[in-house]
Amino acid sequence: MTTTTPQVRKSAPKPGKPRRVRSGGGVMSSTGLYIATGVAAVLFLIPFYVLLRNALSTDAAITGENWQIFPTDIQWGNIGELFSDETVPFARSLWNSAVVATLHTVGVLLVCSLAGYGLARIPYKHANKVFYAVLGTLMVPTAVTFVPSFVLVSSLGWVDTYRGLIIPGLFSGFTCFLFRQYFLGFPKELEEAARMDGLGYWGAYWRVVVPNSLNFFAAMATITFINGWNSFLWPLVIGQDPSSWTVQVALSSYMTNQTVVFHMIFMATAISILPLVFVFLFLQRWLVQGIAQTGIKG
Amino acid sequence: MSTTTRDLARPAPAKASSAKPRRGLRGSPTLNFWLFTGPFLIGLAIFVYAPILWSLWLSFFEARFTVTPDKFVGFDNYTYMLTNDDFVGSLGTFTVFAAFIVPTTWALSLGLALLVNRMRFMRAFFRSVFFLPTACSYVAAALIWKMSIFSGVRFGLMNTVLGWFGIDNIAWLIDPNPPWYWLVIVTARLWLQSGFYMILFIAALQNIPDELYEAAALDGAKPGWQTFRHITLPQLRATSTAVILLLLIAAYQAFDEFFNLLSKTTWGRPPLVELYYKALGESQDYGAGSAGALILTVLICAVTLLQGKIMGFGRGDESK
Repeated sequence: MTTTTPQVRKSAPKPGKPRRVRSGGGVMSSTGLYIATGVAAVLFLIPFYVLLRNALSTDAAITGENWQIFPTDIQWGNIGELFSDETVPFARSLWNSAVVATLHTVGVLLVCSLAGYGLARIPYKHANKVFYAVLGTLMVPTAVTFVPSFVLVSSLGWVDTYRGLIIPGLFSGFTCFLFRQYFLGFPKELEEAARMDGLGYWGAYWRVVVPNSLNFFAAMATITFINGWNSFLWPLVIGQDPSSWTVQVALSSYMTNQTVVFHMIFMATAISILPLVFVFLFLQRWLVQGIAQTGIKG
Repeated sequence: MSTTTRDLARPAPAKASSAKPRRGLRGSPTLNFWLFTGPFLIGLAIFVYAPILWSLWLSFFEARFTVTPDKFVGFDNYTYMLTNDDFVGSLGTFTVFAAFIVPTTWALSLGLALLVNRMRFMRAFFRSVFFLPTACSYVAAALIWKMSIFSGVRFGLMNTVLGWFGIDNIAWLIDPNPPWYWLVIVTARLWLQSGFYMILFIAALQNIPDELYEAAALDGAKPGWQTFRHITLPQLRATSTAVILLLLIAAYQAFDEFFNLLSKTTWGRPPLVELYYKALGESQDYGAGSAGALILTVLICAVTLLQGKIMGFGRGDESK
């Protein structure tokens, strides 16, 4: 966690700049600063705490008269109960989410990075027109096109399939735009050296450009994966049959079910967040860097 | 600076020798351009442009339960949607939502950024805490908010806390009078997205040159509010503009938390939820749904361009 601090500063124009500390005479003394931040931090952590507490409680302890802040008996058995429940296709939905989010990430990075590079670095007289055709799609938010997209995908027979869940989301004009901006700033000398060594555009891209851009790829991968795992509207539209639900759709359906089993719902939610918390803790530096560089999540 | 390193790294004649001789298939820029961009452009044509055009076509037909209609109705779907109380009401819902969420997120994320940026110890820890909710989905947050924190019964966390002060239970979500559901929806989204915008503000704060603060101090500006008002805030203008635009677009596309928090209610439906029920609900009215989607698209384009004009945010292509 501590290693993340320098990463933000790296995006600043002057990397060696010392941390700015305006000490003395601010509106807020150091103690006040830490108290205010501490209170805010506690508020931000409460939802996580409530989630964990309820996930590891019995229904009686969740809905009972005396709501204990720190319950005494912790129900680890809830985990086993959730996965052994035949009526809830939770394990299946986790698997679906893992497949969809992973293939989504790989596909988006592959397709959009190639296009971004082509637009940024390969001279072609109509490149600008092509770029405007891509930019134009940014004005139309993908969420607004879900009705026509569903119409198209259902006429292809892709409802309830991985294809339908993954492929339509791969062609993100925004990710392509971000890659283009990044490659515009990629040092030309490296590519020219590669070309002198006899590599074509394709070879130079894979052997020189990509290996030297892994930071940016990692940042984009982290952001894309989180968005893929958390996306809801499109999987909801496409996943009509419970066997093709992603974890988000499954959670949503539990919420509207007639029979509410609280501890199961909270345990399912906690498990659905867990992979991302890991992604987050281990890859936070890429994430922060990516956001600071690109100014955008997805 | 870049030119000097270039010249040192590669003497002038090398350019001619590296660029000219390879004019075969592998070196042809045109061919390579299409090789690199082709897969993306084909997908864009099929999955972005084609649906938009198809929906444009559908919007002029009576298309219930079918996507290959044959009854041309002209602008009837558009007039229907624009005079439809539910759809127009959803635009009102969006306006109220944006009026709440945009300023609060802007202020909270900027506030958190200022706090974290002033820290000397445990800075990374606090930043991580505020940033962590970004990893959660709107569905998960909606579930925690609905089932626990803002549950309308006694064991809900908020009602428990209010109970300590002798305040009666509040039905947060199932009663639109008074509209407490806005508090639930706005706090959920605040929790989810403030950390993200905080990161943007921290990056921007660190880009403000120290000299500005030193000069302000010399000119007698008091640290605190005066400095903030006259140095920090103006320096953050570009970031603030971008953040507000992003917040507006995100609010416009709000779906997940409304759909999950207010399922089975008829109030508090933003445009996308309304369209979802219109086109994919029981009536399956693709014609009206498409017309609604296109109306939204035109509106969001107009808002984006307008805000770009007013606040001077553009990607540098004003010159055309």
